[in-house]
Amino acid sequence: MSSDISHAIDQAPGHVVHTDPETGKTGMWLFLFTELLLFGGLFLIYGVYRSMNEGAFHHAAAELNVAMGVTNTIVLLTSSLTMVMAVSALQRNQVKRSLGFLTGTLLLSATFLVIKFFEWSAKYHHGIFPGKDHLHELPHGEGLFFNLYFMMTGLHGIHVVIGMIVMTVVLFKIRSGALAADNHGMLEYTGLYWHLVDLVWIFLLPLFYLTT
Amino acid sequence: MSNSHTAVAEKPHVLPDGLFVMVWAALLVLTAITVGGSVFFPGKVGILVAMIVTPIKATLILMYFMHLKYEKKAFTIMFLVAVGILSVFIGLTLFDYLLR
Repeated sequence: MSSDISHAIDQAPGHVVHTDPETGKTGMWLFLFTELLLFGGLFLIYGVYRSMNEGAFHHAAAELNVAMGVTNTIVLLTSSLTMVMAVSALQRNQVKRSLGFLTGTLLLSATFLVIKFFEWSAKYHHGIFPGKDHLHELPHGEGLFFNLYFMMTGLHGIHVVIGMIVMTVVLFKIRSGALAADNHGMLEYTGLYWHLVDLVWIFLLPLFYLTT
Repeated sequence: MSNSHTAVAEKPHVLPDGLFVMVWAALLVLTAITVGGSVFFPGKVGILVAMIVTPIKATLILMYFMHLKYEKKAFTIMFLVAVGILSVFIGLTLFDYLLR
């Protein structure tokens, strides 16, 4: 008992790093629930408007490029794989392997955004973009479909950008040794976030690209 | 004392990479099924396929990539509560709109 106390006194508060993986993970999951409700609300709006404009939604969805949507799905699923492997590599203390997989995840997320950029700019040149006159001239339901498409994939795209920023920070932290096998929480939470971004996209694919 | 303290800290559950590759392959196959369903059976059948396959894909990601299968049960319960609330929102609203 006395050794317990002396042990506690030995370590000045400033030097003790309190990490509780369970608490950290719980916090991350709670944040993910708010994300779920954020996207869930948009899915609800989509569901209601689709039920009111069944024909227009099908017609408008035919305008989207299925090949690009599916390619992006494969890119994102693969980035989830490299992310989960980066986490387990660090847990096994394979720092170089972890850094490699994390870099791969970053490259794949960049690929996703590049494909998204080409997709959006093609739509833009056809006058299909929020604020463009052509979009207002479309039948009501089709305009709704495209506005929801830009809103939801746009919000998802913002999540991808944020994910890339966090991944870059984590990458440097692993390189500097601030994150390591016995203290890998931040990488793990980043992974959880990234899988949620992937999860949302999995639902966006059938809702927008496969509605024909 | 300090040694025994670090030993108490739980070792993270590290899954083999082969498992993750298998889950990834399953996700790609399921994606192919969804896309095939909408291309070859446009309309009701395609939508039905997507509505069945997409939650399966989500479950795979949650259980393996997000480790939910290997965490304490509390995490799964928390997740189900969140999804349950969302389902009530969406369910009740669509119930109203679809049956008007």
